[in-house]
Amino acid sequence: MYSNFSFTNQQTFFQKLRSIDYLLLICILLVGSISCFAMYSTDGGEVLYHTKNHAIRFALFFTLMLVISFINIKMWFSLSYLFYGVTLILLLWASLYGITASGSQRWINLYFINLQPSELMKIAIIVCFAKYYHRAQIHSINKFTNIFVPLVILIIPIFLVITQPDLGTSILIALSGIMVLWLAGINIKYFVIASITFIISAPFIISFLKPYQKLRILSFFNPDRDPLGAGYQIIQSKIAVGSGGLFGKGFLKGTQGYLEFLPEKHTDFIFTLYSEEFGFLGSLLLLILYAIIIYRIINIGMISRSYFSKLFCYGFASSIFIYIAVNMSMVLGLLPIVGSPLPIMSYGGSSMLATMIGFGIVMSSRIYNNQIIS
Amino acid sequence: MISGGHDTGFNKLKTINRRMFIFSAAKAVIFFGIVGRLFSLQISENKKYLTLSDKNRLRETRLPPIRGEFKDYFGNTIAGNLKVYQLHVIPEQVEDFRSLLIRLRDILKFDNKTLSKIFAKKKTQKPWETIVISENLSWDEFSKINFYLHELPGAKPVITVGRSYPYGESYTHILGYVSQASVNDLVNNKVIKERNVPGLRVGKSGLEKKFENELIGTNSIQRYEVNAFGKRINQIDFKEGSRGQTINLTIDTEIQKLTSDLLRDKAGSISVMDIYTGDIIAMNSSPSFDPNLFLYGIDEKLWNSIKSDPLNPLLNKTVSGLYSPGSTIKPIVALSALENDVIRPDKQVKCEGKVEMYGEKYHCWKKKGHGFMSLKNSIKQSCDIYFYELARLLGVDRLSITAKKFGLGTKVLGEYFENEKEGIVPSTEWKKEILGQNWYLGETFITGIGQGYIQTNPLQLCLMTAQLANGGYKIYPKIRVGQNQKSYESIKRIMKENEMEAREEAKEKDNALIKATEEFLKVEKKEHQPLYRNPENIKFVLDAMFKSTNEIYGTSYSSRIDDPKYQFAGKTGTSQVKRITEEERELDLDISQIPYKNRDHAWFIAFGPYENPRYAMSVLVEHGGSGSKAAAPIAQKLMRAVVDRHEERTKRNIMV
Repeated sequence: MYSNFSFTNQQTFFQKLRSIDYLLLICILLVGSISCFAMYSTDGGEVLYHTKNHAIRFALFFTLMLVISFINIKMWFSLSYLFYGVTLILLLWASLYGITASGSQRWINLYFINLQPSELMKIAIIVCFAKYYHRAQIHSINKFTNIFVPLVILIIPIFLVITQPDLGTSILIALSGIMVLWLAGINIKYFVIASITFIISAPFIISFLKPYQKLRILSFFNPDRDPLGAGYQIIQSKIAVGSGGLFGKGFLKGTQGYLEFLPEKHTDFIFTLYSEEFGFLGSLLLLILYAIIIYRIINIGMISRSYFSKLFCYGFASSIFIYIAVNMSMVLGLLPIVGSPLPIMSYGGSSMLATMIGFGIVMSSRIYNNQIIS
Repeated sequence: MISGGHDTGFNKLKTINRRMFIFSAAKAVIFFGIVGRLFSLQISENKKYLTLSDKNRLRETRLPPIRGEFKDYFGNTIAGNLKVYQLHVIPEQVEDFRSLLIRLRDILKFDNKTLSKIFAKKKTQKPWETIVISENLSWDEFSKINFYLHELPGAKPVITVGRSYPYGESYTHILGYVSQASVNDLVNNKVIKERNVPGLRVGKSGLEKKFENELIGTNSIQRYEVNAFGKRINQIDFKEGSRGQTINLTIDTEIQKLTSDLLRDKAGSISVMDIYTGDIIAMNSSPSFDPNLFLYGIDEKLWNSIKSDPLNPLLNKTVSGLYSPGSTIKPIVALSALENDVIRPDKQVKCEGKVEMYGEKYHCWKKKGHGFMSLKNSIKQSCDIYFYELARLLGVDRLSITAKKFGLGTKVLGEYFENEKEGIVPSTEWKKEILGQNWYLGETFITGIGQGYIQTNPLQLCLMTAQLANGGYKIYPKIRVGQNQKSYESIKRIMKENEMEAREEAKEKDNALIKATEEFLKVEKKEHQPLYRNPENIKFVLDAMFKSTNEIYGTSYSSRIDDPKYQFAGKTGTSQVKRITEEERELDLDISQIPYKNRDHAWFIAFGPYENPRYAMSVLVEHGGSGSKAAAPIAQKLMRAVVDRHEERTKRNIMV
């Protein structure tokens, strides 16, 4: 039934150019420029270190994304396990020889960039699973090996990241992986059983957490418990967002950010700063841009012929959504504070790199949407 | 053909699409959840968070209020605010704090101890908080700093306001002084607590303390934007506070200064009062101290020397010092006797220098005796023997009624000076109540010459003199210029009317004083009511006082002024501080031979000018010896000055 569509994959460059999803591209560019303005604001209205770095990285990785886009999706399919393997080695490397900063050993010094392999792992795990399930038969998906092997693939990096320690990223990797497993068709009963087990074992897990992580969870449930300590970030963040109002305080006029009440304002709390200055309408605009991006990625997944592309696009879209939802819920006081960057917006090269690689593969899926991978 | 599965490919696709659809639905729900949360924070609760954000970033600083001034009757500032030159440094703005301080030390010449104190202080506070290097620079030092300022990056010469008392020690006992608010001040006065800021000075004694709430003023408020670490970024606005009220006193600085000079190197007190308006023209106590010393905290050594001075500079002797009035009480004793019809003025008593009554010897100050004395002569020459007899006939209870009427035994300015003492006017009842003993007749005798239990402060004697001098009418002493100040003329008119009434009443019922006394207590209080029964009795006493000063053999004859413009009447007093033994009486020691602490207190009360009296005064020289030698000459000089200032004061009255 699909034979009608079997034609050569040899497209001309212009054909490829035409088949790019321009709406997606424009939305990425828009969010990218918004992030540069936000960065400019964190620097106090001057082009300083953060603004410069962020803009350069965005330009660089955006170009990288385009390069990836024009390479056949088959290529990425064949490189999937390698990508995962290399990332895992980097992760090991970081755990052994990485740079320690603010109590966590998660960076590798590559001289031109401090790479955070755990960020790359967020994408690698999706790619890896997409390839794994591409080959699996639907009736064999719920077989023991088809559940056990992916679980091992998933648990190793999670374990490594947790010991860095980096709770936020490990949770995000876990969520990405689990969602892909769900999409791949693993029986719903396993998820139910796993959830119940998790809830029952939650008290034991909590007892293994570091004291500062416990504090964060406690202060999430009651930020006023210790307003100058662990609850400080949540309170200040809510004040910043809430005081923004409908139209915001105006560009470069966010007092919470400018007067340094906001913690980590250029990374995890960048949305807070943006929301204070541009208000409800500005925040809504950003949310809509993100929604379009996610919608377009799902769309590309839908029109892809190969299962690999489909699973990757769906998985990536879901992951992006999770990153955004977790970050925003966190800064709006709906979830405890865990380190989780906002895709594209937050300062940080590794996160940007991972996101752009993801977009690149998605775009490659779009350009080669009729490519059959055997 | 979807690769990966051949026959089951379709199922696999169905699964993934179905699950993606479930996911998308969940995403939409979460998306709207986040939008809803944004809405609730930014739209519904916007006001709350806007307030919180302002609370975060805005800090109010309250500055010390500007204290109200004290002015004398002529509008001269007697307690004001002075520009104070200070040197501040904000460590954060200084590159090399140590070398800056060493440079400053060389310019201002302060010692290493001060230097290490400053370093210690720097450690205790945040780097952007001001350090006051010097609280009070002289103008020379201040201009020097300004001259070298370009070499002193970070040093800030600042001009602020401090309290100043231009007449130094002259006003100390009236005004008191100000200093840093203590814990006690904060607990006892809500207004101080409310407005307290570092650098606030509050009244510690005298009128500065009494009028604290009027003087204090309100804080200026500076609003700053601060960052998360409390550092000031910029000033948002400045609300200027209001200055404290100015308080006008009835005091004449010229006279006040003169009283300081007259009492120099002596311990004592002077009060001068307008006998009609009750205005206190001058009120001084000696020794005194300079209240300006307290502004920046007094040197401990100096403070200890003030505290331990045997002449007690901290005591306001005029209101808080209690003394036997000595012979200055005699006009009241004589008046009381006349009012109660105890004697006729021409009654003769022979003075032989001493008299024996009920087995006890009583002496006159004149050992040889005065010979035969009439009442008028006995006042003029202050014959003690006559007054023993008078007191015997009168009795202490009737005397105490008259004395109390004329202002003894009650606080004169009670509401103004919290440490004012009311003194003692003894009576049989008083002794029974307080000491639980019966009254002895012998005690009546010595009360008649102002010794024994009777105790007065100098201001009471001044008021007593004033109320005699104005013809025997009640006046209301005051030190603060009031709202409805009556003029001399209107008071005089009221007194005249009161006199007419009294004379008519006296004609109608020529009965005992007891009735008059009852009326005095019962009848609604008239303004400036007469304190006598018969005005002629007052005239008699005043004439006796005139003779005491202006006729030969009068006790203060040597201090008289013949010029009718200044001519005054007075009464000396010499109050014993220690019982004199028979041997001492025989020795008849000169004052220089007696130890200071045992010497008599010298008193003089006076009023003048005699033709139309306007002012009354009391002079006390502690351990000064006899009233005629130590106190009367002071009154003589003072009277000249007071009369000379009369015209100025009258002019000012009209203006006021």
